[in-house]
Amino acid sequence: MTTATVPLLEFDSLRVTLPLGGTQRTVIHRVDLALAAGSAVGLVGESGSGKSLTARSVLGLLPEGARIEGDVRFDGASVPAMRQAELRTLRSRHAAMVFQDPRTHINPLRTVGDFLTEALVSVRREPRAQAEAKVVALLREVHVADAERRMRQRPSELSGGLLQRVMIASALAVEPRLLLADEPTTALDVTTQAEVMAIIDEARENRGLTLLFITHDLALAAAVCDRIAVMYAGHLVEELPARRLVGDAAHRYTRALLASRPDPTVPDARLRAVDGRPLSAFEAGPGCPFAPRCAAAQELCHRERPEPRAVADGRAACHFPHAVDPQAVDLDAVDPHAADTERTAR
Amino acid sequence: MTDIPVLEVEGLTKRFGEHTAVDGVSLRLASGESLAVVGESGSGKTTTARMITGLESISSGTVTMGGRPLPGPRARTAERLAFARRIQMVFQDPYTSLDRHQRIGDGIAEVLARHAPLHGAELTRRRDELLDQVGLDRRQADSRPRHLSGGQRQRAAIARALAVEPELLVLDEAVAALDVSVQAQIVNLLAEIRGQRPISYLFITHDLGIVPHLCERVVVMREGRIVEAGPTAEVLTDPRDPYTRDLIDSVPRPGWKPRRRT
Amino acid sequence: MTSYQLASVVGRRARAARLRRLLRGKLVLVAAGAVVALVVLAAVFAPLIAPYDPNAVDPMAVSQGSSAAHWLGTDDTGRDIASRLLHGARPSLLAPLVVTVGAGLVGTALAVAAAWLGGWWDRAITAVLDVVFGFPGLVLAVVGAAVFGAGLKIAVLTLTIAYLPYVARVVRGSALKERNLPYVAALRMLGLGGGRIVLRHVVPNLLPLVLVQTATAFGYTLLDVAAFSFIGLGAQPPTAEWGLMVAQGAPGILAGAPQESLYAGLAIVVFVVACSLLGAGLSQRLTGGER
Repeated sequence: MTTATVPLLEFDSLRVTLPLGGTQRTVIHRVDLALAAGSAVGLVGESGSGKSLTARSVLGLLPEGARIEGDVRFDGASVPAMRQAELRTLRSRHAAMVFQDPRTHINPLRTVGDFLTEALVSVRREPRAQAEAKVVALLREVHVADAERRMRQRPSELSGGLLQRVMIASALAVEPRLLLADEPTTALDVTTQAEVMAIIDEARENRGLTLLFITHDLALAAAVCDRIAVMYAGHLVEELPARRLVGDAAHRYTRALLASRPDPTVPDARLRAVDGRPLSAFEAGPGCPFAPRCAAAQELCHRERPEPRAVADGRAACHFPHAVDPQAVDLDAVDPHAADTERTAR
Repeated sequence: MTDIPVLEVEGLTKRFGEHTAVDGVSLRLASGESLAVVGESGSGKTTTARMITGLESISSGTVTMGGRPLPGPRARTAERLAFARRIQMVFQDPYTSLDRHQRIGDGIAEVLARHAPLHGAELTRRRDELLDQVGLDRRQADSRPRHLSGGQRQRAAIARALAVEPELLVLDEAVAALDVSVQAQIVNLLAEIRGQRPISYLFITHDLGIVPHLCERVVVMREGRIVEAGPTAEVLTDPRDPYTRDLIDSVPRPGWKPRRRT
Repeated sequence: MTSYQLASVVGRRARAARLRRLLRGKLVLVAAGAVVALVVLAAVFAPLIAPYDPNAVDPMAVSQGSSAAHWLGTDDTGRDIASRLLHGARPSLLAPLVVTVGAGLVGTALAVAAAWLGGWWDRAITAVLDVVFGFPGLVLAVVGAAVFGAGLKIAVLTLTIAYLPYVARVVRGSALKERNLPYVAALRMLGLGGGRIVLRHVVPNLLPLVLVQTATAFGYTLLDVAAFSFIGLGAQPPTAEWGLMVAQGAPGILAGAPQESLYAGLAIVVFVVACSLLGAGLSQRLTGGER
C-alpha cells in the first residue's frame, strides 16, 4: 500500500483453527484482504471455503475454542485482542451483520417494532418515541411500504424478502460504518434477491458504507461489489476488480466457477463442470488446494503451495494462472484503489 | 417409440382449504423429452410434482402415464411396482432423501431385488453398474450418506431411482442445494444419462440458469397457473409474459445490476 | 499485543473450554458406564462374591457396624448387609429392566403404529395413552395391589403400563418427523411395501432414540420399584431388595444403627445418578451431530 490511509477493515495473514472431532483443525489457512472505507468487496466461495468464518471473525463471533493467528483489524484496532466490552461497542456501533436466514435471528413472539427499537432503547438509551420514529424512517429507507403497520406485525406475518429488509433496517439502525452480509439472499427467490440486493446497494451508496458481501454466486457479487475475493478450502486464491472478473480472472478455480454458471440467455453457452468436490480447509494437502480438481495442474502444483502474486491490478495464488490478455487491462486502473475512488466519487 | 405421451396432465388443481395452490395445470411430455417447470416459491411447481408422483392427493384434474391413471392409495403390490417403473423422483435434499443408516450400495440392491429377479453375483454386478454410471466407486457404495459429500449423495439418489429403469424422472430442485461447481457436474451427468437410455425428465426449479442445459421445453408457473410455455431457447431469449421477463432479468450475469420492481 | 501472545490467551481460553467439554462428555460417560457395569456384574455374580447367605440370620451379631467379618455391618436380625446388597441388586435391577424393556418395546410399537397409520388410529392410540398418562404410577400400583395383591410382579406390570406413555410420546413425535422425511416418500415411490419401510428403515432409525429413552428411564424406574417396595407394594420380606432394605432399616436409624437404610439408599442414589448421566451422554452421542 502506498498511501498512509488505514483500511477500515483488514485481514492480516488470518489463520483460524477450530476443535473438530477431537483435534484442532484448520478452517482458514490464510486470508490477506483490505477493505478501504466506502468500498464493497465480495467474498466468494463454496461450502468449506471458510468465507462465513472469515466474516464472523470481524465481529468476534467465531465458535468456542477457535484459535486465531494473524490479525483482523477494524479501523486499525485488533479485533481478536478486544475485550468483551470493546467487542460489544464494535457490534453495537460500528459494524453490523445481515444473515442468510432472518427467521433464526429474530424472536418470533415479538413484534417487528420491538425487535427494531430494542437495541436503540436498551443499549443506546434513546427515548422510545424517538427510537420508533427513527426505525420507521429506516423501514422506509429500505422501501418497506406501510412501515407503521409492519412495526406492529410479528415475523411470521412477513415474507422472507420483507423480513430480510427488516434485518437490513436493523443493521442500519446502529449507523454502522461496515456492513457484513452473509449470503443475505441465498434463501430467497431470484426476483426477491434482486430487490434485496438493490436495497443493500442503495443503502451503501447513500450512507457511504463499507460492505463485505459473502456469497457463493460470482455474478451476484460482481454486480454489487468493486472488488471480488475468491476463497477455496480456507485460502484466499484470487482478488481482482469486479469488472475484470469475467474477462481476466486468472486463477483456475475462479475460471472454473464462472464456467459452472454460464449466462442462461446466451444461446449455446457451454456448461463446463469441474470434477471432484470442494475441499474443506483441513483437507488441503501441501500443494495448491485446488490442484486435485484442476485441469491445468502440473507436478509443481501438488507439491508446493502457490503464494499470492500480483496479476494486473489483482492477485492470484496460482502457479500457472490463466493468461491475461494485456489489451484487456485498463491502464488507468493499475492503481489498486482506483476502483474504490471511482466508486466513492460518484 | 409410440405416440402415447409418457405423461399427460389435464386441469390439475390442488386446493388447501380456501387457498388454491395449483390451478388448472396441463402438461404433456413425450417419450424421451425433457421439460422444465420454472417458478418461485409459492408458484405451485412442487405441489404439481407431488401430485404427479402420487405424494399429494389431487383436488381435481387428471394425471395419466402411458395412458394409465395414477394408482390409488390402496393399490395392489403389482400395480405399485408397475407405477414405480413409470415414474421416479430425485429430491432437493439428498441427505434426507436417503436412509441415513443404510449403506449406499445396500439401498440400491434393495430396490433391484424388489423389481428384478436378480440374485447374488448378478445383483451385485447390476448394482455396481449403476453406481459406476453415476460416478460412484466401491468405497462410496460401502459408505453411509453421512460420509459422502452433497454431490455424491445426489448421485446415489439418482442411481437408486435409475435402478427401476423409470420412463420419467422428476427432479424436484435436485441441484438447488449443491455447491456451484458440483451443480454443473450433476446437470452434465443427467444430460449424459439421457443420451444413453430412453428417459424423460420433469425438471422442477426456481433457477433458470440450468434449464437450457437440460430441457428442450419450459413452462413458467406463477401463483398456481402456467403463464408461459414453449421451447427453452425461445422463452429465455424472447419471453412473451412480463413475469417471465422479470424472472430472466433477475438472474445475475455479467453487466447485470440489481433493480427494485417497486 | 503480538499475535503470539494473542494465540496464547486464546489458547488458555480454549483449554478451559476443552476441560469443560471433557467433563460434560467422555469422562463422565465412562465413569457412569463403569458404575453401571460394576453394579450389573455384582448382581450377576452375587452368589459367588457375597460372603454370606443373604437370608442367614445370626442372633449373635445383630445391628453391628462395619467390621472385618461384616464389611457393611449387619441388620436387626444379624443378616450381612453387604451380602444382602449384592443379592438385592438382582431384583432391584431386574424389575426395572423388565419395566423399561417392556415399556420401550410396546411404547415404540404403539408410537410407530400411530405415526405411520395416522388419522383415526393415531387419534385413538394417542387418546388411550393420554388417559394412562393422567394416572400417577403410584395410583396404578395401589389399584393393582388392591386387585391382585401386593408383589413385585404386579408392581412391574403397573409400572410398565405407567411408563408406556412416556416412551410412546417421545417416539411418536420422532416417528412422525421420520415418516415425513423424503426418504420414506422415495422408498414408497420405489415400490417398497409399508411394512418393509417401517421395519427395515423407520424403526432402525428410531432405535438410538428409544435406547436413550429407556437408558434414561431405567434409573427412574429403579427408583420407582424401590419406592413401591419401600411402601410395601413391591418386593415382600424376606427378599433382599434395595427399596425394601431402606424400609426395613428405617427403625434402626433412630436406634443408632443406620447402616442398612444408609447403604441401600446409597446404592439406589449412586446407581440412579449413573444411569441418568449415562442416558444423557448417550443421547448426545447417538442423536446429536448426525449430519
